[in-house]
Amino acid sequence: MAAQQDLSVFVRHGEGGVAGMELAVEGIRCAGCMHAIENGLAKDAAILKARVNLALKRVTVEWREGALRPEAVIERLGALGFKAYPFLPSAERDAVTLEERRLLRYLAVAGFAAMNIMLLSVSVWSGANGDISPVTRDFFHWLSALIALPTAAYAGRPFFESALRALRAGAVNMDVPITLGIVLALGMSVVETANHSQHAYFDGAVMLIFFLLIGRYLDQMMRRRTRDLAGNLAALKAETATRLMPDGTAVTLPIAAIAPGNLVLVQPGERVCVDGVVEAGRSEIDRSLVTGETDPAPIGAGAQVHAGTMNLTGALSVRVVAAGAGTLLDEIERLMNQAVESRSRYVRLSDRAARLYAPLVHATALATLVGWIAFGLAWQQALIIAITVLIITCPCALGLAIPAVQVVTASSLFRRQVMLKEGDALERLAEADVVVFDKTGTLTLPEPDLLNAETVEAGSLAAAGALAAASRHPLAQAIGRAAGRPAPLSGAQEQRGLGLSAMVDGVEMRLGSPAFCEAQALAERVAAEHPTASLIAWRHGDRASVFAVGQKLRPEARACLEALARLGLAPMILSGDRESAVAAVARELGITQWRSGLRPDEKLHVLDDLAGQGRKVLMVGDGLNDAPALAKAHVSMSPISATHLAQAAADIVFLGDSLAPVAETIAIARKARTLMMENLWFAVLYNAVAVPVAVAGFATPLVAAAAMSGSSLVVTLNALRAARQPAAPLAQAAS
Amino acid sequence: MNILVILFPLALGLGLAGLAAFFWCMRNGQYADLEGSGWRVLQDDDLGLQGDPVRDLLDEDAPARHRDERQPA
Repeated sequence: MAAQQDLSVFVRHGEGGVAGMELAVEGIRCAGCMHAIENGLAKDAAILKARVNLALKRVTVEWREGALRPEAVIERLGALGFKAYPFLPSAERDAVTLEERRLLRYLAVAGFAAMNIMLLSVSVWSGANGDISPVTRDFFHWLSALIALPTAAYAGRPFFESALRALRAGAVNMDVPITLGIVLALGMSVVETANHSQHAYFDGAVMLIFFLLIGRYLDQMMRRRTRDLAGNLAALKAETATRLMPDGTAVTLPIAAIAPGNLVLVQPGERVCVDGVVEAGRSEIDRSLVTGETDPAPIGAGAQVHAGTMNLTGALSVRVVAAGAGTLLDEIERLMNQAVESRSRYVRLSDRAARLYAPLVHATALATLVGWIAFGLAWQQALIIAITVLIITCPCALGLAIPAVQVVTASSLFRRQVMLKEGDALERLAEADVVVFDKTGTLTLPEPDLLNAETVEAGSLAAAGALAAASRHPLAQAIGRAAGRPAPLSGAQEQRGLGLSAMVDGVEMRLGSPAFCEAQALAERVAAEHPTASLIAWRHGDRASVFAVGQKLRPEARACLEALARLGLAPMILSGDRESAVAAVARELGITQWRSGLRPDEKLHVLDDLAGQGRKVLMVGDGLNDAPALAKAHVSMSPISATHLAQAAADIVFLGDSLAPVAETIAIARKARTLMMENLWFAVLYNAVAVPVAVAGFATPLVAAAAMSGSSLVVTLNALRAARQPAAPLAQAAS
Repeated sequence: MNILVILFPLALGLGLAGLAAFFWCMRNGQYADLEGSGWRVLQDDDLGLQGDPVRDLLDEDAPARHRDERQPA
């Protein structure tokens, strides 16, 4: 049945009869590609505008309403040699972009103000020994105030808002001492200027805002970049569903356009893309992505199916339902909410530092005030010295210490195709001491593979591969792949529930169950060698072979586990699959701790027990059933092949088939944490030097400015060391 | 001394002009694609279609060249 494609859900309708669409394009690498796409599309008279974004690998196309079907744009791009996928910008991503722009505007204003005030301040400082007349100095101070006050009110908002939020919640974060420092510095400077005094701290206050905004902006940029890439990858998956319309026609629609109540056709060999109830048809489905169970299960009308399961043998029509009460999805969602609550108890390193830091600094300032008054100084002067203490200890270096390391590390991970979703995941990952793996799709590859390729005769593999290529059954496709994707045999016929047959050289060739191919004796021998594999037999006249198809370990799985042991992490398997399958993988990888047949809530219990013992768990999983565990664990990773929900719950997503990124990322995260701690200790050291100077009353604005920028620079330079490659743990394991 | 009254507003004005220009660029989406813009400079869209060696070089088989190194990202 030739299904018609319909992409209208992606089309944006603008003013003046202009329609537009955004596409994620595979394979844009350089200016040549950009040029080819833009010129190629511009040749079409109906297309008004085509613009490539080389950084994001996206194309924006606009055309006159009604002049073009959106599918034609994709065809055009296909003719130019590029595969394009429509892209639906999500509201969440828009919010992130807006926040980034807001921060960039604040940063620009703060930068402008800091530079102009510094221009005035340097003049005042260089005239400090009497070259500048008091009138000019006051004039310069008032000018500084004129720039600094509006700037602080505008660009300081992220800190003021965050500090207010924290105080309202009864907590203290880093923004509280920052806000206090800024407000007091500005207030004091205005009073001092009105009193024709020599010192004003407008430059310090604005510079502080500027440096801290740099940290904030970098943090936001890292998050946006991850989300952009994740958005592209989601679009590249190009998940579509075949909707059966009430009039009997079939239309291929993107998943986004499918609503509850629609009827969807799922062909054999296709992954079910929706949650729903089977209306008609009977088949076997592979639930490995959902429950971890690798054995196919029979399914018929009235049964529940979940997105992510693989339909194996027969066509199904599925009525789409939203997650209803009592379904697996509902249960998982409930567990997720529970799990996320427990995760939010984690206190980030920077906030932990702030909790120690804020009371200490405020107490020191207060002690300075009281001490100087007791010493016989006028209270105004004592207050000024106390405020200088607050200004000089304002956590400029502390504010940059952690985001700078996070950003540098995140981009170094990015190059290794590891996406960091939250900055604080690095701190949590560095603390992990147990790695809990899911088996199916995490330790093993998500698609089944031929396991006994070396014992099967090459000729029969090639012949069986050609026959297998005619089927969409995943097991047959695994044989086709192992044979090097030969052209499918013509005239192959699918015998339902049995296998395939075709006439070759006048003799019937069969591929299917061992009984169908009369190869039970051979099958028993192969089954003894590969107890967990599914068996596919092949017969052509007198020749017969039996193929064992099953879950293959991810490449470098063993090296990764060795590296993890070297890093001091204990591995563990928690799987929803049956015992024999899990035991085989555990034995092969030398993992002694494993549990099988676990339901999602039982996985959570195991994680709870581990957390109760004070262990910090890194959960690595991909299935729907792992999602609650991923959200619950101290830190979590998932491969890019994982289900949506699992990826959304994971802190870190890695691309590619290899398992190596797990160990690599831990090594990088540990290095990052070391750098963060170094930076925090540097900030402590800086304060240990600066505070006595300020308490003694020697801190002039010049000293404050030099100390602030000097410490920020040191911390940033130290953070840059995170980009240097740490010794690869896998290379060590191999040597 | 009197010259300051002219010079400082002038300096501030220039700075503000720079800031305004930055905001204008941002609103125009000039920072949306930091990689592509550098290459666009090299395109001679205004020279017409014939006899442009750069265009021929770029146009010819850019997609074909990358087809085999493309990864299933």
